[in-house]
Amino acid sequence: MDFSLTEEQVMIRDMARQFSDSELAPYAQRWDAEKSMSRGVLEKAAGLGFAAIYTKAEHGGSEMGRLDAALIFEQLSRGCVSTAAFLSIHNMVTWMVDAFGDDELRARFVPKLAAMKMIGSYCLTEPGSGSDAASLKAKAVKDGNHYILNGTKAFISGAGFSDVYLIMAKTGEKSISAFLVEDGTPGLSFGAQEKKMGWNAQPTAQVILEDCRIPVANLIGAEGDGFKFAMAGLDGGRVNIGACSLGGAGAALDAAIQYTGERQQFGKAISAFQNTQFKLADMATELDAARLMIYRAGDMIDKSDPNKSSACAMAKRFATDAGSKIANDALQLHGGYGYLADYGIERIVRDLRVHQILEGTNEIMRVIIARSLLR
Amino acid sequence: MKVLVPVKRVLDFNVKVRVKSDQSGVDLANVKMSMNPFDEISVEEAVRMQEAGTATETIAVSIGPEKCAETIRTSLAMGIDRGIHVKTDAEVEPLAVAKILKAIVEEEKPELVLLGKQAIDDDSNQTGQMLAALLGWPQATFANSITKDGDSLTVGREVDGGIQTIKVSLPAVVTVDLRLNEPRYASLPNIMKAKRKPIDAKTPDDYGVDISPRLTTLKVAEPAGRTAGVKVADAAELVSKLKEEGVI
Repeated sequence: MDFSLTEEQVMIRDMARQFSDSELAPYAQRWDAEKSMSRGVLEKAAGLGFAAIYTKAEHGGSEMGRLDAALIFEQLSRGCVSTAAFLSIHNMVTWMVDAFGDDELRARFVPKLAAMKMIGSYCLTEPGSGSDAASLKAKAVKDGNHYILNGTKAFISGAGFSDVYLIMAKTGEKSISAFLVEDGTPGLSFGAQEKKMGWNAQPTAQVILEDCRIPVANLIGAEGDGFKFAMAGLDGGRVNIGACSLGGAGAALDAAIQYTGERQQFGKAISAFQNTQFKLADMATELDAARLMIYRAGDMIDKSDPNKSSACAMAKRFATDAGSKIANDALQLHGGYGYLADYGIERIVRDLRVHQILEGTNEIMRVIIARSLLR
Repeated sequence: MKVLVPVKRVLDFNVKVRVKSDQSGVDLANVKMSMNPFDEISVEEAVRMQEAGTATETIAVSIGPEKCAETIRTSLAMGIDRGIHVKTDAEVEPLAVAKILKAIVEEEKPELVLLGKQAIDDDSNQTGQMLAALLGWPQATFANSITKDGDSLTVGREVDGGIQTIKVSLPAVVTVDLRLNEPRYASLPNIMKAKRKPIDAKTPDDYGVDISPRLTTLKVAEPAGRTAGVKVADAAELVSKLKEEGVI
């Protein structure tokens, strides 16, 4: 059992850290306040291979593994949780098109997705179908060389901003298929931008499909295989989002260490008080445990371990809970200043909160874990 | 033109430096090490020269322990073609580095040696100059801009008063300053490609260079801590205080 990263993984991690420190961290507060996302920084990230991390090299992918991706998302989210998480969603789209699309579809979309000249949104969730994803109602009906799509997708990251939408829709009673709908297609529209607690550096809205007509060539894989693709993407998505919690929590912990060393009360730095020391020690311990679980889960996907799904669910549940708790503790250690936006801690608390809800709620993670125990 | 780029593995610039308790040096156990930031700039410049078609081949050299191969690998991921690692665990002073580099230059026959103006660990700022002297080549130090002009280079140098522009004939040694360029990040595909680029392993003996130190370090100490100041009421008091302290 070897817990050390390879030489390349260390280089990948350090490079992602440098990019995060200089291209994301200085702007995160402004993006949050202005609720804006920068195409420029996303294209820069894509130039380093971050838009197609675990996609084959043929059409511009970086051909990395899931552990590599976790290292990258952890570092990127140190600088901006919201931007890192958005990149993770885009990666899911790029990967799904490349892994399951036919050669023609891949050649049409993957090079642009990998360069982020085309930004992708993933649309599975609906207003009435969240944890019970298979109960989705959006429908696609074949009409000659076209499919006609109708339905509403909810909580869609990048809605109104992205260039292509990967839509899961019913093609029969028990058949779900995956489609690509390009921005500008007649019948595609968006709801009002949602007002959110966090993740403000990316837009979220409903995606509305009304008699939206797309060419048959935009079907990914075979009709009826969509739900299988969605399931195949879950484990990796959970590792990614868990990794995003690691990064946010790591940045919050580092800020707390620095702040408690500088803040003087009762004649000494507050880090000289044992309460502070014990709190920091617990935060670092929880973070380390979460990191080990996420890295191992990523490694298990890379090795196709039969127990990977349960391990990914455990890692996602633990890392996102721990991440939120660590960030909240860091806020407490900052006292009143932690509550102010200028210190950047409250943003991390707000951004990390949703990680306990999406990519499968942490309650669904427990369902998956329990199912694997009791089968 | 073939370009040789020496790179040094140093304490990462973000690390808080700690002096060993016996004052024999800086504590390097369990601290992050990376490429000397000035060398990142020379690597970037060499890669740009290659992209522009001015450089035909780029070679990185590092002298030091096993782990220096990682520093070379970083330069390969940024775009350098191949590496030479001169392995030694001994401390190597600038003159010894310059002598090894001279031997490599004689073997590889580059037209340009491009290196950082100094390393951020010992701040010697000597290697480039010594190498130029040993080779009998012209040198341009603290480069802010470099353009190739037939058989010579026009180099803008950062000097106290501004930028001094000089022309050096090739072959030459150029040391680079901070503002020459902004080094790129190595992309994921290039990190993986770097794995397959060759690094030759050598030793100082291969080049017949005696690297035994010429200097003795007596002691390494932390800079004196800042002591509390006093407030003065007016200019007159300020002047008298400064006189008292013997500053003026």
